[in-house]
Amino acid sequence: MDFELSDDQEALQGAVRRLCAGVYPMDTVRSLEAQGGVERALWRRLADAGVFALRLPAAAGGVGLGSCEAVLVFEELGRALVPGPLLWTHLGAGVVDGAGSGDQVVGGVERRAQDRPLPLVVEHLAALDRLLVLDDTGVWEVDPTAVKGELVPHPLDPLTPLHTVDQLPPGTQLAGADTAASWRLDGTALAAALLLGLAEAVTDMAVAYAKERQQFERPIGSFQAVKHILADMLVRTEVARAAVYSAGVHLDDPGVGDVRRAVSTAKLMAGEAALVNGKACIQVHGGMGFTWEVDAHLYLKRARVLDTVFGSAQSQAEVMAALI
Amino acid sequence: MDLRDSPDERQFRAELRDWLATVLPTLPPKPHVTDWPGRREYDTAWQVQLYEAGYAGINWPKEYGGRGATPTEHLIFLEESERAGAPYVGVNFVGLLHAGPTLIAEASPQVQEAHLAAILRGDEVWCQGFSEPGAGSDLASLRTRAVRDGDDYVVSGQKIWTSHAEVADFCELLVRTDSDAPKHRGISWLILPIDSPGVEVRPLRTIYGSAEFSEVFLDEVRVPVANRVGAENDGWRVAMVTFSFERGTAFVSELLQSIELLESLVGIARSTGNGAHPWDDLGIRRELGHLAADLDALWSLTKRNVSQASRTGVPGVGGSVFKLHYSEVRHRLGDLALRILDRAGLSFDDLAGPGSGEQVHGWVHAMSISIAAGTSQIQRNILGERVLGLPRER
Repeated sequence: MDFELSDDQEALQGAVRRLCAGVYPMDTVRSLEAQGGVERALWRRLADAGVFALRLPAAAGGVGLGSCEAVLVFEELGRALVPGPLLWTHLGAGVVDGAGSGDQVVGGVERRAQDRPLPLVVEHLAALDRLLVLDDTGVWEVDPTAVKGELVPHPLDPLTPLHTVDQLPPGTQLAGADTAASWRLDGTALAAALLLGLAEAVTDMAVAYAKERQQFERPIGSFQAVKHILADMLVRTEVARAAVYSAGVHLDDPGVGDVRRAVSTAKLMAGEAALVNGKACIQVHGGMGFTWEVDAHLYLKRARVLDTVFGSAQSQAEVMAALI
Repeated sequence: MDLRDSPDERQFRAELRDWLATVLPTLPPKPHVTDWPGRREYDTAWQVQLYEAGYAGINWPKEYGGRGATPTEHLIFLEESERAGAPYVGVNFVGLLHAGPTLIAEASPQVQEAHLAAILRGDEVWCQGFSEPGAGSDLASLRTRAVRDGDDYVVSGQKIWTSHAEVADFCELLVRTDSDAPKHRGISWLILPIDSPGVEVRPLRTIYGSAEFSEVFLDEVRVPVANRVGAENDGWRVAMVTFSFERGTAFVSELLQSIELLESLVGIARSTGNGAHPWDDLGIRRELGHLAADLDALWSLTKRNVSQASRTGVPGVGGSVFKLHYSEVRHRLGDLALRILDRAGLSFDDLAGPGSGEQVHGWVHAMSISIAAGTSQIQRNILGERVLGLPRER
């Protein structure tokens, strides 16, 4: 057993972090609000770096890496708050031509049996070339231009535009129930990885601010009342990291334990870390944290979006209860 | 990242599992938690069995009689022992996990010879004389004084929260040997034979109602200078060595017990209650599932901490991260247990069937976890200052 990153994994993590810092600095991320979070040229940079074709075999034009590596890559995308339908384009790379290469922007939506009647809330609809629908019977493709959606005027996350959709066209089946089930596991783990990245980013942001911001003639980070908030943020992040990395290992090597349990744990712990840390980051920033100009709110809002995909923390808790 | 056993680890696990399956059915029943002389006899008898089978001092170097196992093998040992229901180290805790490793790192060959083999064979039981009534979280402000007189130190003062002192033979004692030095620099680390004249052990009754730890009063107790470990006034550093030996495995048995406690609570939630079972309540079911995720995540965190210790040879700060979250999880687990038990949770006896008293015990136990071995508040300061680099208060 060796549950630390290998040298190659560390190198990959560092490379993606540098890529994000270069291609998606925060000014750029913020500037994407006007176009709904997706800018083709930048999207292609992610594709060129292998983000979408990461787990496809080399013979299929992919990078041939595993879920452990995918988790590390998505953690960095989360840390950088990269917008767009990252998860669905990555999942779709095996079945939609052009997804892995960045030629096609692929979005998706889960259609769950227990859902109340429509409308569905679909992310990034206007930016999509392809729309995938995942349900218990399989993966379906729908022409996004044929979908009648209403643009939601005030989305919570300014970088995740939403449409409500009353009715989806039938579409064509791309894959069966087995693929749908494995996509659910992959999607849950990768959403958890994005949330882990958010949880880390807001911890770093709050710590940096607490070292610099002076009150009562001292940095606020010297006060235990603030220091303890920050320590708790670190704890949530590190517990979530262990759970998310474990989910990656379980997906690559199902023999080590219950995969469903590992990915549910990851999603629950990372979702909680991102949401609670996001709020704590705003608290540490005080009044400035409540403004649009400080980035803290953008992370909290994205955490909220990601908590609702592939099963909220609440629904993961129910999954876990059924597995005990 | 790899969670599989290596071939060596797999073989070690299999051998250990076979051995445990052979010996555990022959064990006598464990004496009640209030019977500490009985517990000493039971725990040291188990230690003898471990010794004879080659599993004593699992993480001690071979040249000192240990097995020289890797941190991962130590984790496997604790995991398999707990899963099989083997006795925990019990009264041998301080000797095996604190005092012994400290002697290995810091003591003279004569001192090592006098004690190490005896600890491994279960002949010596140790306790820890670190905390004082006025020096808990601020341990370095301890006041027990040792004054040099010829070949002895003359020690006076008081220690508290000393687990198993009533049944111990030796105490690892921190004393102040220079009251003028800065508080971390005037401390020495001594070996105190507990039967020395002038030592009085008074059991303290705990929140459980039983006596688990004691106050130790020291009135002009003579301790040979030869019993000092490390240089005079260098005891703080030696004590830090003592703390560093756990390498991320300190809470493994606790954590696995918590997982069993949760599974047992699920059984109670499914079977108890008037009419509807607590399990039918979605809120309760979700909190049970949530706690299962927390405990699974803590198990993964333990593996990361052990892996880090294996790679670097020193434990990281993972211990503080673990302890903070674990303490909170245990409080939540206990609170949920009492919610499920309702009025059956008003006793340590099994009012709601087998295992219900244990849940009540667990609720009370949670309160010690967030206090002992560095309170949650101290752990947050450690993380804030040493990991996040935040300035100290004041």
